[in-house]
Amino acid sequence: MKHSRNVLPIVRLFAVALALSLIAAACGDDVSETIASSTAEAEAMADDAMEDEAMEDDSAMEDDGAMGDASTCFDAPADSPLVDSTVDASGTTITLATHDSFALSDTTLAEFTEATGITVEQVAVGDAGQLVSQSILTKDNPTADVLFGIDNSFLCRGLEAGLFVPYESPMLATVDTALRLDPHNRATPIDFGDVCVNYWSEALPGDAPASLDDLIDPANAGQFVTMNPETSSPGFAFLLATIAKYGEDGWEDYWTSLMANGASVTAGWSDAYYGEFTAGGGERSIVTSYASSPPAEFLFADPPVDAPPTGVLKDSCFRQIEFAGILAGSENTGAAAQLIDFMLDTTFQEDVPLNMFVYPANGDAELPEAFVEWGPLVDDALTIDPATIEAHRDDWTERWNAIVTS
Amino acid sequence: MERHRDQLGNSRFRRTGFLVGPAVFLAVFFGWPVLQLLWRGLGDDPGALTDIATSSSLRNVLWFTLWQAVLSTALTLVVALPLTAVVANVSFRGRRLVNALVTIPFVLPTVVVAGAFLATGDRLNLTEGPFALNKSVFAILAAHVFFNVAVVVRTVGGYWRQLSRDDEHAARTLGSSPWQSFSRITLRRLRPSILAATSIVFLFTFTSFGVVLILGGARQRTIETEIFRYAISRTDFATAAALSILQLLAVVTLVWFNLRLRGRLDQSDRLGDRLLPASGWVRLVAPFTVLATLALLFVPIVILIEQSLRTGDGVGLANYQALTERPPFLTVTPQRAIINSLGFALVASTIATVFGGWASLAIVYGRSKAATLLDIAYLMPLGTSAVTLGFGILITFDSGWLDLRQSWFIIPLAQALIGIPFVTRAVVPVLRSIDPSLRDAAASMGASPSKIWRDIDLPIARRALVVGAGFAFAISLGEFGATSFVGRRPDHMTVPLAIARLLGQPGQSIRGQAMALSVVLMVVTTIVLLVVDRADRSSVL
Repeated sequence: MKHSRNVLPIVRLFAVALALSLIAAACGDDVSETIASSTAEAEAMADDAMEDEAMEDDSAMEDDGAMGDASTCFDAPADSPLVDSTVDASGTTITLATHDSFALSDTTLAEFTEATGITVEQVAVGDAGQLVSQSILTKDNPTADVLFGIDNSFLCRGLEAGLFVPYESPMLATVDTALRLDPHNRATPIDFGDVCVNYWSEALPGDAPASLDDLIDPANAGQFVTMNPETSSPGFAFLLATIAKYGEDGWEDYWTSLMANGASVTAGWSDAYYGEFTAGGGERSIVTSYASSPPAEFLFADPPVDAPPTGVLKDSCFRQIEFAGILAGSENTGAAAQLIDFMLDTTFQEDVPLNMFVYPANGDAELPEAFVEWGPLVDDALTIDPATIEAHRDDWTERWNAIVTS
Repeated sequence: MERHRDQLGNSRFRRTGFLVGPAVFLAVFFGWPVLQLLWRGLGDDPGALTDIATSSSLRNVLWFTLWQAVLSTALTLVVALPLTAVVANVSFRGRRLVNALVTIPFVLPTVVVAGAFLATGDRLNLTEGPFALNKSVFAILAAHVFFNVAVVVRTVGGYWRQLSRDDEHAARTLGSSPWQSFSRITLRRLRPSILAATSIVFLFTFTSFGVVLILGGARQRTIETEIFRYAISRTDFATAAALSILQLLAVVTLVWFNLRLRGRLDQSDRLGDRLLPASGWVRLVAPFTVLATLALLFVPIVILIEQSLRTGDGVGLANYQALTERPPFLTVTPQRAIINSLGFALVASTIATVFGGWASLAIVYGRSKAATLLDIAYLMPLGTSAVTLGFGILITFDSGWLDLRQSWFIIPLAQALIGIPFVTRAVVPVLRSIDPSLRDAAASMGASPSKIWRDIDLPIARRALVVGAGFAFAISLGEFGATSFVGRRPDHMTVPLAIARLLGQPGQSIRGQAMALSVVLMVVTTIVLLVVDRADRSSVL
């Protein structure tokens, strides 16, 4: 029976822990408010500290339209050996690192192997953010020869880390210059797409929203759901869209009104689109998604439909461009360059839309019919220079957090 | 303790040697990668450590991480213990099935569960207020209970079941009330196992990622979500490493505390099979308990099943039939993903069972200080961020004969590390409960230590090993975080990754397929656990 004495202290301890937790839970709101307020305080302090810097930045923005001095990412890279794509690399094996969303038809890469004799192995890692972080972490001993899937919002982070070696593919001639962001061709544009606000036509309370301003209209109260920019790539793109639209001075007010109008913020695209949006049986009829979402809703409708149930708010589209690059440290740069060429070739480019629901960078590639009909891109999509994004990302997301959690 | 040591012969060498195997395994595949990553991260900016140590908003994050984990653990015990009592004491048809069914939530992807919670909230009108099932602390707690009930039911249930009823009988004969005999005797006897299960649930909820992120909303932050935020969203590896150190320190402290509660002394106990048919009031209460707990767990699951059966024409199996074909944006057919997952789970659970079992023996018989260290160390993978573990493995096994980056083996290896604590937490209490006189008798008759392990420890620990192996298997089937970090060939896609990819694509038929694949994952889990649980039949008890 000597153990029995020991039972009580445990029970007591447990009871105390439980009581403490219950108290904490009871004042749960207080706690989160404390977090929010202390975050806000910290930010206020940081803001003060950065005031001067920010003013410099602002004036820089006005002086220099490209805002190029915000980051050094487009400066000429240190000399690196020229990549020669004309070598006979037949028999070599190279590795292509991608994010989880990368997919192709079964035969596409086989065509490359048949034409060049180069075997391509693939390794997929999480989402685009994980892919970039992982590549920076393993920079000195890269996992792969070619990386695909770094987008314009992460581009400067990758370039500044020195992930890629320059390679000017002859196929770049087929690509719209607006997509060729890196003047030194370390990152080659492969595809692009727009993150746009979508709506479920039949579930809308009134007229379809025509501009970002309509989302703060009381008529659309409680209708909009978007994602946390720190955990979701389209969520970040939407934040960038509002910054591009309302400017450095206006976007915070816009977000304050947006939240006041009952907007909801989820962690990821899936919990927004299939959770709170009409598509998943949710109560909200407006969601942040892609320009290619209506074509997908059309193609994968069940039962088949004549027109997609969703539409796009064209005023809200932020352009995302996805790049590929030859990783510094690759020992097969010749073969890697041939793979980059192939990725811009029409075979690969025309395979991209229906597998990844993005648009080919090669202007000669033909678009699937559903994309032409239901997913035409706008000519004047919103955009922000990658160097500016990289310079302000943490500041913007912190300020966003302060608005959304207050 | 002294007596345990004697049975191994007096060879100090033998005892130490026994610890070496599991210690080296963990040091190489867990300790080294994690240290590498921390070193690498802090190398960027050692000042990050002092920054986070003085950050006031971080103190709030740490406090929230802690109390939500304590409360989640307590609630899990409250919900799970009644069912545990039934499956440990009452023999009834379908007992094994109940044991398998409660484990289903454990393997479901968070994004699917979150969707089901949201739908449940809509139907039960729990969309706002303190009990909202979305973006609230309550949603986090409810999901943690949902995921972890199985840990208590299976770990404690397995242990409870093999304690003989003699002590309680004696107490009742001497005039104790049922409540007295339960609180004074049964609860005391269960203590090692309850504490073991508590430590698992606590670590699981302390490092929980998806649940907090998706169900908590943008406002709730834990150490784990902050590590992800700094490492991925900001590529600030220094702060991420500093946060990981904080997380590891907190976990070591709490595990140490948990071990202290267990006490220094071994608690040997009389073993026997407790299962008896229900009689008297148990007849009424037992079925109610089983049904009520299952109902609680299955509300979200029923909604999943319903969604998987919904097709354009009404109700049907079209979503299931579609699983044999590869949708364009998926790199394999869903069917192939199931085979991949089963293969990885087989390898992962084998590694976890072998090393977890070996470590358990070493923990119970090893020299006390080293054994305690090993005991703590073997819980650590569960208390470590998936970012730290995944990235650590990636930057460590990157050259020479240990270049695992292109190897399929890296996936089950990462999963096995997370599964191992489930094995040791199930097995150690059972090994400790074996009456030393059993081994003494065998030793005095000249049995060698290895024969004693084989003939006494192994048969008795078998049921616990099976429980642990089942969990390691389930962990591997449902694992998402570390798997997504270590990287894999596209044709090695697992079921949770495939479900996440399907749910990343607009289109009504695609969502149906994701739900169907989730249901298949549930069915496969149930079948596997029913088969695994059979392995304890030939137990000596």
